[in-house]
Amino acid sequence: MIRRRYVLAAGLTAPFVANGAGAERVVIAGGGFGGATAARFLRRLAPDLNVTLLEPNPVFTACPFSNLVLVGERGMAAQRFTYDQIRAGGITVIPAAAASIDPRARTVTTDNGEKLPWSRLILAPGIDIIWNGLAGYDEPAAEKMPHAWKAGVQTELLRKQLQDMPDGGVVVMSIPPNPYRCPPGPYERASLIAWYLKAKKPRSKLILLDSKDVFSKQKLFQQAWKALYPGMIEWVGLSDGGKVTRVEPEGMTFETEFGTHHADVGIVVPPQRAGAIAARAGVSDRSGWCPIDPVTFESRLVPGIHVIGDAAIAGAIPKSAFAANAQGKACAEAVVRLLGGEAPVEPRLINTCYSIAAPDYGFSIAGVYRPLNGALTEIEGAGGTSPIAAPLEVRRLEAEDGEKWFQTITAEVFR
Amino acid sequence: MKRGALLGVLLSMAVPPPGASSCSGCHGTAFPIAGRDAADMTRLLWEFRSGVRPSRVMGRIAKGFDEGELNAIATWWAGQK
Repeated sequence: MIRRRYVLAAGLTAPFVANGAGAERVVIAGGGFGGATAARFLRRLAPDLNVTLLEPNPVFTACPFSNLVLVGERGMAAQRFTYDQIRAGGITVIPAAAASIDPRARTVTTDNGEKLPWSRLILAPGIDIIWNGLAGYDEPAAEKMPHAWKAGVQTELLRKQLQDMPDGGVVVMSIPPNPYRCPPGPYERASLIAWYLKAKKPRSKLILLDSKDVFSKQKLFQQAWKALYPGMIEWVGLSDGGKVTRVEPEGMTFETEFGTHHADVGIVVPPQRAGAIAARAGVSDRSGWCPIDPVTFESRLVPGIHVIGDAAIAGAIPKSAFAANAQGKACAEAVVRLLGGEAPVEPRLINTCYSIAAPDYGFSIAGVYRPLNGALTEIEGAGGTSPIAAPLEVRRLEAEDGEKWFQTITAEVFR
Repeated sequence: MKRGALLGVLLSMAVPPPGASSCSGCHGTAFPIAGRDAADMTRLLWEFRSGVRPSRVMGRIAKGFDEGELNAIATWWAGQK
């Protein structure tokens, strides 16, 4: 049995006794791309470590490529993954959510009332929607104007609305300011809806009401819209009155400072923050997201708790599945070193993110990141987007690359 | 043997050099890299980095690493199954 003392922020010390007869336990709360990856890599790096994953959903529904599900190009089954193989790998998967955390006693209590001790805790709670963060957008409103920003029933709801919309209809989408999950996601969604409408309901159009003047992969998206869907997508940026100030789900209207837009199908990509357990654990700040040490992903606010994935303030790294996966691995390495009494090693993180503007037209953004002055910073000279000047063959190959990436990463995390 | 020392032994074998763990986000079954020749992989990465070898995404990524880092990553992946 080993005993360590951690200095808490208040200057107090808390005794820590490792769990059980030698085996230390790391608990991970949240089984998405970040949390499930961390669980697997902890187990791989330290096979005698007790690794416990808390995840209330028996099936994970992946967001990447779910915009293809919306337009009928992909079945929902392709997005679904169970935890069977993770469990078979020796990880204890408890079908419950973390309900409360005691960072001094180093315990987590699940919503089933089970209390678990931990040596280190990794929170990977993803995002929560800030209901009424956009006036008028509450949970009932999401039944009329889907967000579909967590894949599953919302994806199916929006898919049905698009199918039921008559030709000549108007799809309106509200897009929030940064930061939010999947920065290019709204524009990929607009592209694929345009692809669907062009084939099935060609008199229809899309209006994108954006709280930003610039967005991820902007030139590539706008080039694709012009080439593939001329006249179908109207993007209204912040300076042109794109910021939505209120939605009225009964009347299906979006209000901006400049006027009111009526929608036949209304989509709201809502303002977001870290999943609720982050606030309950005290690891999120006033921004709603979680400040972390860029080497270990340990919370800046509560020692012993690490935060990865969309919930973390990971500097220049966007909130993507690839990034959550890379962070899960880097965090697992740091946690194993810390448990072994070794100094953490400065990581390099990579992100690669594919967007699909049509089933045979894709492009990407990549970045390489390192800790610098306390934040994960993009390495200059590396990364960037696919070239603007590229033949259609390259766009076709990048759409294929994206599909292969999805198969590879989901196999690494879940299969 | 103290646990710390034991974990240290495991770590020296298991933990990849900085950057290497990100590779398998793309390189699984579709473009395998585990167990490939270290010198070949180092040369490929260096060619991606310089642009001598055209690529869709690897050039952008390889530019984030220096020669020693690319060598360490290639060597580590060569030793994986």
